[in-house]
Amino acid sequence: MTKNFFAGRWGIICVGAVIGILAGILQKMGNPGNMGICVACFERDIAGALGLHRAGVVQYMRPEIIGFVLGALIAALSFKEFKPRCGSAPIVRFVLGVFAMIGALVFLGCPWRALLRLAGGDGSAVIGLLGLAGGIWIGVLFLKNGYNLGRSQVTHKSAGLLFSLIMLGFLCLIFLYPQVAGENKSGVLFYSIKGPGAMHAPLFISIAAGLVIGFAAQRSRFCTMGAFRDLILFRHVHLLTGLISLVLFAFVTNLVLGQFNPGFEGQPVSHTMQVWNFAGMVLAGLAFALAGGCPGRQLFLSGEGDGDAAVFILGMITGAAFAHNFGLASSPKGVGPHGIAAVAVGLVVCLFIGFTMRKNIKGV
Amino acid sequence: MSITIDARGFSCPQPVLMFMEAVKSGNEKEIIVLVDTDTSKENVSRAAENKNYTVRDIQQQGDEYRINIVKD
Repeated sequence: MTKNFFAGRWGIICVGAVIGILAGILQKMGNPGNMGICVACFERDIAGALGLHRAGVVQYMRPEIIGFVLGALIAALSFKEFKPRCGSAPIVRFVLGVFAMIGALVFLGCPWRALLRLAGGDGSAVIGLLGLAGGIWIGVLFLKNGYNLGRSQVTHKSAGLLFSLIMLGFLCLIFLYPQVAGENKSGVLFYSIKGPGAMHAPLFISIAAGLVIGFAAQRSRFCTMGAFRDLILFRHVHLLTGLISLVLFAFVTNLVLGQFNPGFEGQPVSHTMQVWNFAGMVLAGLAFALAGGCPGRQLFLSGEGDGDAAVFILGMITGAAFAHNFGLASSPKGVGPHGIAAVAVGLVVCLFIGFTMRKNIKGV
Repeated sequence: MSITIDARGFSCPQPVLMFMEAVKSGNEKEIIVLVDTDTSKENVSRAAENKNYTVRDIQQQGDEYRINIVKD
């Protein structure tokens, strides 16, 4: 049916394996605990590096994120899949990005990190994943009732490249203003000197891992939100096999590297307020479902020219700034002072979007 | 009976939902789906096979695909 190996069953299993193994290795090389890769946390760190928020422990221009976008761009250009497009309700995607990030930061992780926390033995991850599935289930109800954000339009090639160019610009900033040991600022960039933001794998390893994952994930259409959505909506397990592969290979890698520590208490960069682990991920899952992709998938889509996915990511980065400036993000001590209110507001906003943005899309 | 679905510009899962809608109506021997991304092409083809339809051919027209699906 298709010449694209990665789009087949073994392809998606391989991609899940690559992500799981590389995440374990990145953690071993210096990334924070059970956070070999976390799209939400890393975008939050980028917001910090740019000074959009001033939470001193989470500021680092994460090269993995840059690699994801550029790797996807290279794959899309190599296989003639670069399709510049935009214009499908960008303001809605921005708002969904903001609240997706806020929900993820109440739980402390994107869906990828929820899987990696599980593979590292963190029991609270199960609660987060149940919340994620619950949020996606609500999103599926909206999809079944005609929710959609309308068609995108073909746009200029250069418009499709813009987000990749922003990432390239960020990469230049890393080289122009490299980290100085013991200093919290280098040129325009902020760098954490303690906390998760200070923990990172060597620059070139992070970039290389990001490029490999970006390339493979673009080819395979790997998406954690899609995995649950397609299961609930169509009973399709294709994407789910990739997700299961990620968990299994990350688990084995953690065992081999001595990074598997089962339990609920004292897990790295996490808290045990389970109601809010659950609710945070309900909000994030619903926002991902309404926007059509998990944070990782949105990065890969923006690499292949999707301007709407890029707007979602800009929303996430902005959401991270709000999360830390307003005290919405959780910490190992528990939820932030206004985290609960933010989850409630986010759910109301997402329900408003889901109920009011319906169109007849028969297209016949 | 043949039906043509224009799913161009929609991202997943909309093209698959639109295809499923046509399947549900049940009367169509041939379903033609127009999409404009490789992801949609793969997703619709996979959904068709799951529903025991056959993808007869996929024609590329510029940046778009015309997927010709028939009932077994």
